[in-house]
Order: sequence, then structure tokens, then C-alpha cells
Amino acid sequence: MMRLPWFNYRSPKSVAEAARILAAEGRDAMLIAGGTDLLPNMKRRQQTPATLVSLRQVGGLKDVVNGRGLTLGAGLTLSEVVNTPALKDSCGYRALHQAAAQVASPHLRNMGTLGGNLCLDTRCLYYNQNEDWRRAIDFCMKCNGETCWVATSSKRCMAVSSTDTAPALISLGAKVRLVSAAGDRELELNDLYQNDGTEYLTRQPDEILTAVSLPDLSGWKSTYWKLRRRGSFDFPILGVAAAVRAAPDGTVLDARIVLGAVSSRPLMTEAGGLLLGGKLTDEAIAAAGKKATSAAKPLDNTDLDLYWRKDVVSSFVGYALREIRGDDMSATRLRIMRQL
Amino acid sequence: MSAKRPLEVVGQPRRRVDARAKVTGQTLFADDLSMPRMLHCKLLRSPHPHAIIEAIDISRAAAYPGVKLVLTGKDFPVPFGIMPVSQDEYPLAPERVRYVGDSVAAVIARDEKTAEEALLLIEVTYRALPTISSPEEGLAQPMPRIHDYGEQGNIHRNQSYEFGDVEAALANSDHVFEDLFFYEGDTHMALEQQASLASIDGDGKLTLATSAQNPHYLHRQLSLVLQMPASQIRVIAVQNGGGFGGKCDPAGHEMVVSKAALMLGRPVKICLTRQEVFYQHRGRHPVLMKFRTGVTKDGKLTAMHLQTLLDGGAYGSHGPASTFYTGVLTPVTYELPRFKFDACRVFTNKPACGPKRGHGTPQPRFGQEVQLDKIAEKLGLDPAEMRLNMATKANSLTSNWLGIGSNGLAECIRQVVERSGWKDKHGKLPEGRGIGIAASTYMCGAGVSIYWNKMPHSGVQLLLDRSGQVTVFCGATEVGQGSDDVLASIIAEVLGISTSQIRCVTGDTGITPIDLGSYSSRVTIMMGNAAMQAASRVRELITAAVIEPLETTPEQVVMSQGRVFAADDPNKGMSFVEAVVLAETKFGTLGTVGNYSPPKPPGKFKGSGVGPSPAYSFSACVVETEVDVATGLIHIEKVWIAHDIGQSINPVHVRGQVIGGVYMGLGEALMEEQVFRRLPAKLSNALVHKIPSLLEYKTLTSADMPEVEVMLIEEPDPNCPFGAKEAGQGPLLPVMPAVANAIWDAVGVRIDEVPITPDKVLRALKLKRAGKNPRVGPEYFPDVPYPEPVFVLPPGEGGDGKESKKLESMPANSLAEVSTS
Repeated sequence: MMRLPWFNYRSPKSVAEAARILAAEGRDAMLIAGGTDLLPNMKRRQQTPATLVSLRQVGGLKDVVNGRGLTLGAGLTLSEVVNTPALKDSCGYRALHQAAAQVASPHLRNMGTLGGNLCLDTRCLYYNQNEDWRRAIDFCMKCNGETCWVATSSKRCMAVSSTDTAPALISLGAKVRLVSAAGDRELELNDLYQNDGTEYLTRQPDEILTAVSLPDLSGWKSTYWKLRRRGSFDFPILGVAAAVRAAPDGTVLDARIVLGAVSSRPLMTEAGGLLLGGKLTDEAIAAAGKKATSAAKPLDNTDLDLYWRKDVVSSFVGYALREIRGDDMSATRLRIMRQL
Repeated sequence: MSAKRPLEVVGQPRRRVDARAKVTGQTLFADDLSMPRMLHCKLLRSPHPHAIIEAIDISRAAAYPGVKLVLTGKDFPVPFGIMPVSQDEYPLAPERVRYVGDSVAAVIARDEKTAEEALLLIEVTYRALPTISSPEEGLAQPMPRIHDYGEQGNIHRNQSYEFGDVEAALANSDHVFEDLFFYEGDTHMALEQQASLASIDGDGKLTLATSAQNPHYLHRQLSLVLQMPASQIRVIAVQNGGGFGGKCDPAGHEMVVSKAALMLGRPVKICLTRQEVFYQHRGRHPVLMKFRTGVTKDGKLTAMHLQTLLDGGAYGSHGPASTFYTGVLTPVTYELPRFKFDACRVFTNKPACGPKRGHGTPQPRFGQEVQLDKIAEKLGLDPAEMRLNMATKANSLTSNWLGIGSNGLAECIRQVVERSGWKDKHGKLPEGRGIGIAASTYMCGAGVSIYWNKMPHSGVQLLLDRSGQVTVFCGATEVGQGSDDVLASIIAEVLGISTSQIRCVTGDTGITPIDLGSYSSRVTIMMGNAAMQAASRVRELITAAVIEPLETTPEQVVMSQGRVFAADDPNKGMSFVEAVVLAETKFGTLGTVGNYSPPKPPGKFKGSGVGPSPAYSFSACVVETEVDVATGLIHIEKVWIAHDIGQSINPVHVRGQVIGGVYMGLGEALMEEQVFRRLPAKLSNALVHKIPSLLEYKTLTSADMPEVEVMLIEEPDPNCPFGAKEAGQGPLLPVMPAVANAIWDAVGVRIDEVPITPDKVLRALKLKRAGKNPRVGPEYFPDVPYPEPVFVLPPGEGGDGKESKKLESMPANSLAEVSTS
């Protein structure tokens, strides 16, 4: 089997202690929560931290605070997120519930955490390979190499943001809390990401993502649609998160449409803006779909044909908005995603 | 002789004999094995697709703490290969690497991690060579040759057979249809990665416990490579976690750990990573096909000219057989008076292709069945009716001299048509919904051994003693297909006992009689017949021992439900154990053997050895699908499949095999592909497997599996034990074309290649909307220098099965309308 490289393992009991260790170890240390992404990457030598700082025994990371809005501890497993009643039963937060329920497979959701999924390493078929495979192509820009093989003239790495929960949470206007030895800060989740496959997070190496807070979304409806080859396991090759607040007559007051897996970061599109002040008519939905499509820039570094992946953005935006409008999309949802 | 009675074990749905151990995790697979003082082996693999090895420096690796031995190609001067005509592999490449992943050195160390670390210290100097990524490139670029043997340039095998004058028949046909198809390569995806443990017995003999489907062939090859008498080697085929053909070839890593164990005198183990399994491969050949098929206006075949071009990968493997199999079974399903097939296999710088479930036949089956759908469409015939009207008959000979015994094809078609509601659905479902049909056949065991010999194909030995225990020994190999259960069932049936009274000892060349292995769907038939013979011989001994105490005649003795009694007076009887005691008292220690050799094939021409089988199974499949016209996404609603099993030994088990075949078939139809990437030539020489991982090589998950309705057709075949035919491979075959035909019925597009992915469907839909030919598939067939055909007259034209001279055909004035569909 593939073996892990050697590493030191630290197991702090508090966020403060973890932050102190991170500050002392510098860039050679990495946080580990569920490990479902990091450990396979370490086996493939994409990441070889000298020290792993485990969040498993850190207290408080699984707290759920339900007041004005909702705060979720970053250490909640994805299964725990799926089973959080405040998410399941709310129209406003539904996108997060649906996104978390579609990450990987049941086993991986039992281990993987919300914070881990938000910080998920970007993915690329030239990168997510064993070390000797990558040696055969002389490595790539993201790790040990020079060239971005999917776009050889590119100055930056084009690896793909593959998190499901981030597009959903961005559409919901989530903020995240980052704690370091020097202090803590809160920022819009949308600002946690930048469009660079290597430096895809604005989080500093000594910062710990401890919590996700959601605003009160009464009056909102949200949904998440995921495209992947199979009904389980697979990372998204397109994620569409949509959140809409409408007046009682259906006039759209607020709308956010966020795409996943078509860029190195979750993409807040301008499609939501098109919907403001109107109703979710077929024409408005088609226009939003077209707008979202123009933002999507899939490349040949993940599953299925890249042109096709762009072609279907509009359909998936349509599914999401029609569902929010109140159309019964359950048959389509079941056919495409194998779950409701 | 003893009295007839109804079947008690055979045909009954039962828990298979190895089920409990497998479900509770007690089964030991090769990687579960561990021995005291065991060392671990890792292989260094080539990062180059094609290169000369100029130098290897192992000194730093050999000196690394914990390393016990480093081996290179120099340690293995003798080549091997599963087929006698393709001895082109070395355990470690001596002077040349031929694909990314070819192994060049091995480190044996105290643990896997140490071995892995030491691999990085081996310094290899390579000189890169031009690479070949496809058969088209291989044909265009004869130099440099990947191997210095073969037909010419980079052509490994090239052949042509003609049964009757095909051109004349095509010229006299009402229609001639010409179609191109492409079948992408795919791999086996057995869940168990190959593992092997070699150890040395106290007396110096070698034992290799390994994941292998064919321990007998491996045994022979080990003897050859290690230059050691076969009697000093014991190969144990450990319970396999799936094979599907991927563990049929002897593998380099098995030779490496054996050699290392011999040199070090300590047990040495290796377990391949998933990536290495993709490199070992031996999976489905990518095949480009051209069909020219003549038909009468009422939908009967007149002749077919089939041309195939196979992408062989870097080594021979089973390739010579695979090449034949892209043609030979084509005439078995429908009456085809004349048949010609040309086949060519080209070497490329990719992992070697070989046998995968259906071995070489799913590709032409896909093309043939999709083309038939097009023909039916053109002629305005119902595709199911058309197939039914030309289905081959029992006890017939095909144009290429294959003898069909029992034949349930027509019944298979009738059943799927009825159960699926075909007549109310085909052509009648709303846009986006469709239904498709296809049928197929497969062999029940290859009629000829892989190496030439006149000895039995399967041997079974039975040992009984006064405790009543029955131990059966056979070289057949459990790969998850249930061969142990078949073996126990057949013995139990003959002796009138339950399978729980039988202990199976199988797949061990040191203690079991030879069986050629788990390939070509041969085990039930060949092992089964051998087991029946061995068990019948024991039954005769027991019968002879009990007639006196029972005061009856041999004809009256019944063995049933653990008892032995007289048919005319069932109260006169005894337990099976008491009967065995009487037999052991009368005859001494009780043991019998049985064996089986298949009948001589009817064809007598050179090359007629590939295709003949003691029996053929048949299948028919209907698939209902829903296709989204906006995205091309395909959803399989339901699959109906009928399989002509002859007689189920264990129907639970047969259904499992059939559903497993459908599962694999849907994977091949919709997503599986072993494909490669060539990087921009200006920047890199790389030619790598695109996705050698369990995550990115897509197979269906349980969430993607539709409902499958299975119908078993039981028309016992006289050549088979209790009439039982195969189920391991046949039911896969009709699935892929049935999917393609269902998609046509749903949205009116033809995808003439697999996998059928949503992007291809959408592309075809866009062509349709633009008023163009709504088809995605190969556009041209390259100029292949096929040889002059071996000409054989078909049985219907007075042939004798031997090669003959082709009579000069009249220059036919073709009246045929050539339709390119």
C-alpha cells in the first residue's frame, strides 16, 4: 500500500494551544481535522508537513449556536452538519444541508469536517496523482514543477476548487472566524478564497478556521445542485448554489448564485443581480443561466468533457432557480443526484 | 448404476459454501497473509513511455539501512508470457522500458516504507525513444519497433479468415450496411489489488501464495523464469477478491518475490498499489471495427465482412487469442451463411491489454448488435422480431465451424421482450425515453488449452473416510465466481449429501490435480464434469458395498439426503456415514479421481482452435433509459436480462453473476475507460495513464445501479454437468449495445462507441438539431495491411472444415444498394 511520510503529531486541547503550536512551527506545520483530504495527499507526497496539529481534541469546535442566525463549529463532521435540525428544517439554510449531504460518501462524511471541506485543497488530474506519476510528467506548477499542464502558458495554477459546502455557504452570506496566536478575525467566506490553484486561500498558515456563522435567513430559500459522474464519492465538476429572498408576490429582493468547480475558487456570479426586481419567470431564469455560463471557465483537468461542463451550467442554474420558484424538481434531483 | 431421483442440491437456491467466511471477514486474501521474518518488496517503475536503459546504479539503495536485496533485469535473463507465441515479458526490464510503469528494479527490505524510500536511491539512466500512443500511429510508424518480433513493424498479430465467398454474397444482397464502431479500453477493477507471498519450505522448495486465476499456467512460467524444476515449486491461488481476467497472466511481481525468497531464504511479500494494478492491466483492448453486412430485404443476414484493429499495449499477453476473439464468436448468435474477418493487433507504449470478462468479444458484439438495430430501422422491422427470425438453432454448425449444442437464444429474446413490455414501448415512448434490445453468446470453456497438450483440462480427486467426511481436491480457482460452491454442489448431488459435509481444497498446484484455471468460463463445465466422474466412481464403490446388507441390486440403490437406501424398500437403508464405513471396509482407503477433456472441435484449419467450446451460453437484454435532451444526461431506468444457463447449479448465485455482469456492462457502456494522456510534444515526452486511481477511473456505485430483472432459461446442455452452462461472462455482453440502442429509441441519436457519455449524446443531439447525421463515433478506418485470408468453405457449402482454395468468383454486377448508416 501507499505509506505516509514521517511526521510529528501534536494533539492540543484548545484553540489557543493549537494556535501557539502553529505559530511556533511556521509553514512546516499543517492542521488536520478529519484527514480525509490531507492524508491521501500526504501519501501521494503532495503535502509533506513536518508536523501535523490535530484538531480532534480541541474543545468547542463542534458547537452549534442557534440565535439570530446560526453559528456552526468548524469541527462538526459533515454527517453532523447534515443531521443538524436547524439546517434540515430551514428553507433558508437548505443549500448547506444539501451540499454537505453530497460530499463524497457516507464514510468520508463521518470523518471529514465542515472546516476541512471549506479548506479543501484544489484538485487537478495532473496533481492528484502519485509521486511517480507526477515524476513521469516532470511535476506541475502546484507541486515541485514549473508548468501548469492544463494551460501550459498560464502564469498561475489552474487547479479546481472542489468544495461543495463553500458555494452553498457563500450563497448564504456566511462568515468564518479565523484564530491565530496574534488574535482573531472574522471575514466573509467569499473573501477566504482567491482565484489561484496554489494559493487558493487567504487564510494565513498560522490561522485556524474555528467557526462558520450564518445570518438569519428567514424569508430566504436556497438550494444546491451538484454535477458529478456518479451518485456518490465524486467531487463536483459543477456546483450551483442559489439563494433567493422574494416578496410575497414573488418579486426577487435578493439573489445570489454561486458556482463551484469551474474555477480555482467558488465563483459568485452576476447572475443573481439579473433577477432583482423581477419574478422567477422562465425567461429570467434562462437569462440568469446564460450569465452564469459566461462566468464558468472549466478546463480539461477534471472529469468529463470541458465544453460539455460549460454547456450544462445553464441547465443546472435553471434546476436550482425553478426549485426555489416552487417547481417540483424532485424527480430531476433524484435522477441526477441520486438523492433528494 | 443406481436409481434416478430428482435433483436435491443442484438447482436449489442455497447459501454458497464460502459465503459465511466472506461476509464475516474470515476469508484470507493474499494481502492478509503474514509469516515470521517476512520481508517486503517494492518495484521501481519507469517514468518513460519508451526508453533504452543505459545504466542502473543500485549501490546507494543496496546500502540503505533495512534493505536486504536489490534486483534488476540482470537477475532475470529468461523471458515469459502467457502464450507460447508471445514470450516477450521480463519480471524486470533488462534493457528497454515500453510504458510508464514498466518495472525496472525491485527492493526487498524489512518493511514497505524502507523499500519505498530505497527505490528513490536507485539511479537509472534512460535514453528516450519515440513513442506510439495508438494503433494508427503504430501502423504509420513501423520504426522504432516496440518489440523485435511480430508480423512487421509494430504489428503484433495480423490475420484474415474467410468462410465462403463473402464479396460475392455481399454483391447479391438486397442491402449492404457499412458501419464503424469504436470500443474504448477498460480495466477489470477487481477490488482486491494483486498480492503475493513467496516463502521457502524447510526442504528448500518454493511456495508462492498469490492472487491468481490460473495457478497452473503461473506454475509453468515460474519454473521457466526461475530455471527450477516445477516439482520444486508450489503455487497456491489464494481466494481472489475478484479477477475478471486481470489475474490470468503470470505477473512480473510474482517472479520477483519468488526469486528474492529463494535468494534470501526468507518470506517475501508484495502488494501492488491501485496505480500498479492499472499498470499491470491486461484489460479490455480498445478496438476499432468496420462491419460490412449484407441482408435480404426481409432481414436475414447473407454475409459479413468484419475488420478489427486492436490496441495491444506494450506486451503480447493473451493478445494472439484476443485478436481471434474479436471475430470468431460473431456468427454464433444469428444465422450467417458467409463470414470473413480480418484482425490486427498493434503494439503501443501503454500497459498491455489482455483478457477481460468476455475476452475480445464485447467489442464486436457491441458493433454487431448496434448495426442490427440500424438495419431493422432501415428495413422497417422490429429489432426483436428480426433477431428472433434469424437466431441460430440448437445442434448446428456456424459458417466458421463452431458447433452449437443447446441453444436458448430465441427463448431469451422472447422472455425479455415479454417481461419488458417491449411491444408497447419500442418506438412508442415519449421523447427522451427509450428502450433497446441486444443479444449475445459466450463460450463455456475454451476447447483448446493455452499450450499444446493432449492431457485433461481439469482433474478432480475425492477422498472419503470412515468419519463420513468428503474432501475434494481440484486445481480450479475461486475468484469470487463461486467455483468452490459449484464443486461442492456437484459432489453433494451425486452422493446425496449436503454441501456442508464437503471440504473443498482448490487452486493449489502442490496438492490438487491440475485444472487449467478460472478463465474462458470453463470451470463449471470442465471441473464440473471431472467432479461428476470422480463422484460417480465413489458412488459405484459405495453402491457395491451396500447391496449385500440392503439385499438389493445396484440399480435400486438411492443416495439421498444423507441416506443410502433401496428404491423398492426405502425403510431398508443406512446413513451415508455407515455406507462409507462399509465401503472402506470392503475396498480399503476410499479415493477416486475424475477428469475432463473437451470434445474435438469440428474445424480443422489452422487457427480453428480459438472459438470452439463444449457449449455456448446465450443472453438477451432489454434496457430502458431516459435521456435529458438539454444536457445529454443518461439515466438507466431498468434492465431486463435473460440468460440461457442450461441448468442453474445454484440459482441465487447465477442471478448474482448475471447482475454482476449487468453492473460491469453498464460501467463499460456509460463511463469506464482506460485512457492516456500525451503531453504537448514540444514540452514533454510523457505518455501517461490519465486516471490510475479508484476515484477517477469511474465505475458505477451502488447508487447508480438500476433495477435488474433476471430471467434464467434452463435448457440443459448434454455436454455440461447436469446441463449447467456458464454465467460468469456471457451476461455482460448484450448490455452495452442494448444501452446504445435504447438511447437511439429515446432521442434518435447514434453513439457508435463506448463509453456513451452525456457530452457525446449532447453533441449528437446538436448535430440532429442542425439537420446533420445525428451520430458520434469513429469517422474512418485506417488502411491495415491484412494478409490474404485463410479460405474455408462453410459447412453449408460442402466444406470439410479444412482450408481450401477459393474459387474465382464471378465478377458480380452489384445490384446491392450500399447504405452507410
